[in-house]
Formats: sequence, C-alpha cells, structure tokens
Amino acid sequence: MKRQTRRRFEVLALLLVSALVLAACGSGSGDGNGDGGDGDLTSSDDPLTILIGSSGDAETNAVQEAVAAWSEQSGVEATVQVASDLNQELSQGFASGEPPDLFYLSPDALVGYAANGSVKAYGDLLENKDDFYEALVDNFTVDGEFYCAPKDFSTLALVINDAMWSDAGLTEDDYPTTWDELADVAAKLTTDGRVGLAFGAEWQRIGVFMAQAGGALVEDGVAVANSDANVTALEYVKEHLNDGTFAYAADIDAGWGGDAFGKQVAAMVIEGNWMNGFMQNDHPDIEYTVVELPAGPSGKGTLQYTNCWGMATDSPNQQAALDLVEYLTTADQMLAFAEAFGPMPAVKSAADAWREANPEMAAFLAGAEYAQWQPVVAEIGSVIGDFNSQLGSLKDGDPKALLDTVQANLEAILTE
Amino acid sequence: MSDRTGFLARRAGSSGIRRGEAAAGWLFTTPVVVIVGLFLFIPVLMALWVSFSDWGGRGSPLSGRVNFVGLDNYTAILLDGGLPTRDFGTAIRNNFWYVILVVPLQTALSLLLAVLVNNAVLRGRGFFRTAFYFPSVTSSVAITVLWLFLFTGSGVVNQVLSWVGIHGPNWFNDPSGIVHGLLGNLGVETGPEFLTSRAFLGVSFWDWLAGPSMAMTAYILMAVFTTSGTFMLLFLAGLQNVGHDVQEAAMIDGATSWQRFWKVTFPLLRPTLFTVLTLGLIGTWQVFDQIYAGTAGDPGKTTLTPAFLSYQRAFVQQGWGQGAAMAFILFVIILVFTGFQRWVLRERTPKPKGRLAEAKAGTP
Repeated sequence: MKRQTRRRFEVLALLLVSALVLAACGSGSGDGNGDGGDGDLTSSDDPLTILIGSSGDAETNAVQEAVAAWSEQSGVEATVQVASDLNQELSQGFASGEPPDLFYLSPDALVGYAANGSVKAYGDLLENKDDFYEALVDNFTVDGEFYCAPKDFSTLALVINDAMWSDAGLTEDDYPTTWDELADVAAKLTTDGRVGLAFGAEWQRIGVFMAQAGGALVEDGVAVANSDANVTALEYVKEHLNDGTFAYAADIDAGWGGDAFGKQVAAMVIEGNWMNGFMQNDHPDIEYTVVELPAGPSGKGTLQYTNCWGMATDSPNQQAALDLVEYLTTADQMLAFAEAFGPMPAVKSAADAWREANPEMAAFLAGAEYAQWQPVVAEIGSVIGDFNSQLGSLKDGDPKALLDTVQANLEAILTE
Repeated sequence: MSDRTGFLARRAGSSGIRRGEAAAGWLFTTPVVVIVGLFLFIPVLMALWVSFSDWGGRGSPLSGRVNFVGLDNYTAILLDGGLPTRDFGTAIRNNFWYVILVVPLQTALSLLLAVLVNNAVLRGRGFFRTAFYFPSVTSSVAITVLWLFLFTGSGVVNQVLSWVGIHGPNWFNDPSGIVHGLLGNLGVETGPEFLTSRAFLGVSFWDWLAGPSMAMTAYILMAVFTTSGTFMLLFLAGLQNVGHDVQEAAMIDGATSWQRFWKVTFPLLRPTLFTVLTLGLIGTWQVFDQIYAGTAGDPGKTTLTPAFLSYQRAFVQQGWGQGAAMAFILFVIILVFTGFQRWVLRERTPKPKGRLAEAKAGTP
C-alpha cells in the first residue's frame, strides 16, 4: 500500500515538473507586439526575409533580382527563400513567432491568418493603392480591411487548338460567344478519342458557367449557392458531359485541363494565364488561340486567381517591408515579372503596355472586367473542397440537390 | 523489469551499502528521461492542450492569448453534424475499410511468403527473399508515383485486365465504392430506408457500407504490396525460431505437413503474429504519405484519411484545435483496436478435455 502511494507521488511530481517546463517554454516566445489592423508599422534595422512559393527558376530568379535591386537602393538587407510547401512553412513561422517578413499569400490562406492575427493589414498604407484593380483589392479585403497588395493575377479563358479548329472546318468567325455556340463547336470538334471541351471537375473551372448564368456562391455576405442561375449552369454542364462533347480532364486520363490540351485529347480547355508558360515548355509545337469565354444567359463571366504580398504582424521591420512591396508593385516591375513568368500585372497603369507586349493573351486581361473570385470567408476551402468532391459525379447527379448541400455548408460558415 | 521497480521502490529507505544507488540510478536514466520528455512527452501534452484550446497557429499555444474552449473542438468533429463532422466521418469510413482489408491481406500474404522462402529445398532463396523485401525499402512516395502511372485509365493494369476481357475502371479517379458497385450489379441502386435515413458521424449507414472506392482499392493493393516484405521478414525470423526438434516430434507422431503447419508451427508463431497485427493496425490507421503525395483525398473525398484530414485542417485551414483533436481521436481508435486484437489473441489456458478430463473428473 505504502509503495503504491509513493509511486503515485512520483507520477504527480513528474507531471508537475513537466507542467513547469511547459510554462517556461510558453513564456519564452510568442507574445510579439502589434495586433494587426491599425496603421502603425514596426521599424528597425533588421534584414528582411521573403518567402515565396515559386513556379520554377524563372520566377525565383526574377524575384531575387528585383529584391536585390531594391536592397541596393534602400540599403536594407533582404533574402529570398523558396518554400517547398508554403502553407506548412508559413504555419511554422507564425507558430514560432519568427515568421518571414513578406510572403506569397493566397486569398484562401489569408482568411485563416487574418483571423488569428498573423498577417498585417497594410493595404490602405500603400501609395499606389488606387492603381490596383478594384476586384483584386476586394479579393484581399477581409471584414472591410484591405490586407495586402496583389502581386499579380490570372483569369480563365477559352484556349483553342488551332489545327483541330481548322480541321473541323471552323474559322475565326466561329469563336463561340454564347452557350449554344460553345456546345455547337464542341460537338464539331469531338471525334473518336477526343472531346470538344475539357476542364477539371472543380468549382475553380465550372464556376465560370455559374458566373455566366448570373450565379455566384456568396453575394453581399449571403450564401446564394442554390440559386436558379447556378442550377441552370450545372444542368448545361451535365447535359454536355453526358453527350460526350465536354469531359472532365480526369475522365480522359489527364491530370488537368492543360494536360488534356497538351496530350491533344481535348480541342478546347478552360484555363488561365499559366497555359502560356506550360505550352512553351512542354508542348512548343502546338499552335493555339486564346479567346474570351462565351457569354451565358446573363452575360460574360469568368474567375480570377491571385496572390498577394502578405506581411507578418510579428515582423520587426514592417516599414521596410512596405517599401519593398511598393517597389515590387510598380508598373515597370510588374511588367518585368509578367514577362519572366506569366501572370498579368495587378495594376491598371501596366495594362496597355502588357496588352501591347502580349496581344495574343488579351482575352485574359479582358476577363478582369467581369471576373468573380472565391469568396473570402473563413473555411471556404473545405466547403469548395466538398463541392468539388460532388462535382466529380455530376454526370449522374442532381444539380439542385448538389447545390443545396453547398448552400447548407456555406450558410454554416457564414453564420460563424 | 520487476527487478528495476523493486530496486526503485526500495531505494528511499535504504541505507548502508546501497545508499548511493538511487542517485546513481537517476543519474544514469536522466539523459533518456530528458530526451523522451522533451521530444515526446511535452509535445504530446502540448498537442493535447491545443485540442482543448482555440489556438489559431500564431505564437506559442501557451501564451495568454489562447483560451481554453473545453470540448468544442471534439464536438465540432464528432457531434455537430456539419461539414467538419461529415469530413471526419468520411475519413474514418475510408480508413476503416482500408484497415480491415489491408491488415488481414498483408498478414496472410507475408506469412505465405515467409513459409515459401523458409523452405529449405527452394532454389535461389536468397533471391526471392530480396525480391519480396524490395518494395519495402523503396520510398513510399516513389511507389505512389509509380502506382499513379500503373493505375491510370489507359495504364498498364487496365491493359492487362483487357487481355482477359475486363474493362478496368479509371482507378484513381473513380469514387464509387466497391460494395455499392457489387450491390449495383445485383440491381440494388439505392439503399433501404432504414440505412439511408440514419447516420453516424454525419455519414449515412448506407454510405458507411459503400466499401473502399476504386481509388482506395488501388491504395489497398499498394499497401499490401509494399508492407508484406517487411512482415515476411518478421515471420521468417519467427519461423526460424521454431525448433527442428518440435517438427521432428510431430513427424514421428505421424502429422502431415499441413497438420504440422497449422497445429505446431502456427501456434508457435503467435508472438510474431501479434507483432505483425499490431504494427499493421497502427500503420494502416495512420496512413498519410501515400495520400499526401497521391490523391490528397480525391476523388470525391474517398481517399481522405483522419491523418491527412488532421494535417489539412491544421496546416492549410489553420484549424489547429480540430486538427489536434482528430489526432487524439485517432489515437484512441488505435488503442481500442490494438486492445481488441490483444484480447482475441490472448493466451488461453486450454480447457481440460478428452480422456484426460474424463479421467480427472473420475477421480474423487
């Protein structure tokens, strides 16, 4: 009996010691200054660390060069690090209390980090704030605060294989401008072993049809996923998935739309600006044309994708970081980035120069006028993930029931 | 072990020649205590705290900004019935099918392989041992990539299937469950009312019975392929521990080789079997890297597993509390499964039976 009590005491002592150690660990780090939101920025002589998720050497080199040029000019040391898993490395940085000062940030990730106070809302302090496209500013606005400067953006357009197009007896005048025309040319382009139009089984592509039908996922903070417009859009997609003129990339053995296009198992795909670099590198011999997506019952519609330069609340030198962001988002610098690795400049003042340099890509920029984007709401990622998992079986599914589930999920996260 | 505890229990009141031993004992164990505490015990405790807190991933989870939220994270996953519950239920469903198919298959296959390569008259034993073990030493990411290629719609596997007239599915893009598929062939397209109307963890009973999807089936085949080699080695070691004399005695008693295996060798392998099943259960419930490198939960969330969902929830969506809570629920599931397995395989005292029992009963 006595032995047992002593054992218990030992266990208790061990727990106490560990609790003390835990407490000691806790007080050591973390409690940084600043709580995001207001205008005052930290300032010090600390060097800057910039964490990017790079698409390849071209992007890495371009960012490194630009940052080095700024360093020279400003006298602040800055290093660019390339993340292999940006989400994970950022999370580690925030948890340790020593995050990178600037980093690539997707609207998806922004909501989560804004909620826990990891990122600084500095958008209103930008000198060139008014030069950004309004849609992009909105894309990075959470609870009325403009968080971070968009670094570039892409939109979706219709990418057409020229050889297949002319083989089917089609000309420039036949580029589809309505849903009926799209269905029509898709049918003409469909042959044995090839579909007319391919896209991924995800909202990130099929959402364009919803936009063209006048639908959306969230409007003014209210979930509208199961609107009639969205049902019309999914019914249109379903009809043509079933008649074999449209297909999901995965169903024709391709990883994504671009892959299907490159393998020539699809004559048209719905993809974004990244197609340019992809085709140059992987399929330089395929000639293609980019046109705007056709208009649906309610007009034109597409989706935009963008990232911003996130700034850490715990950064000790935000003043310098802001200066660097302003440098990186000048029209000239953005045009240089666009030339080096693809996406379009996020500022209006660079539009003309970009259009001039990339006449064949003009359709992407035209989309900026009417593009929708993924709602900026916490946990939207899991709702859209769930939507996508159901879109896979749209062929045999009931569009209305499917959208009702999305509606319920959206309502759940919007009320939180 | 019992010597050690006896020693520790005695130390306090000891005197004379044994006086310094307690201090020395602590001194020698300190490095291990510190290392285990620092890298295992404390992180686990911290994770446990995170699962009861609203920590959002910024700064230390022990700082003053973090609040205790009780069981909120656990109820969101287990009881609320919203998307987090459905996701977790789906992940458990998927992993459950994975476990109950992979563990028996890999155990049976590895035992079979071990018996084969243990056979003294087999030519080129060394070659076969290496060949069977080979998949186990290859990185799981590399094998996953290989698998993704083998199991595409027009991939090698489907080509081979087409030789025998089977039109293979588009494996990694096919979310249909195989049990539902089989029932569909029998004309049962939708489940009976009492199965579809009731749900556990946000997933209807009918969907629990869906079976692994084609994509998950490909992962199941992969797990059996890659891990059987490792467990074959364990069985092989176990087989070589079974003494020749026991076999000889059985032979003299007139046992056939089939009887010798099932009545002599197999019972003697029980400790190895226990190890293999335990390792198999733990490994399969924690399946992560294949999913991360391969399908990331697609198609239709049918390859979502609790381990992967926990990662996604925490690192991608900043839901650290729920992510940690999932990890602890998974821990409990593994404990329960292992305990159950231990109970099934427990050493039973044989009941007296046959003539001996009668003789005993007969004696006053």
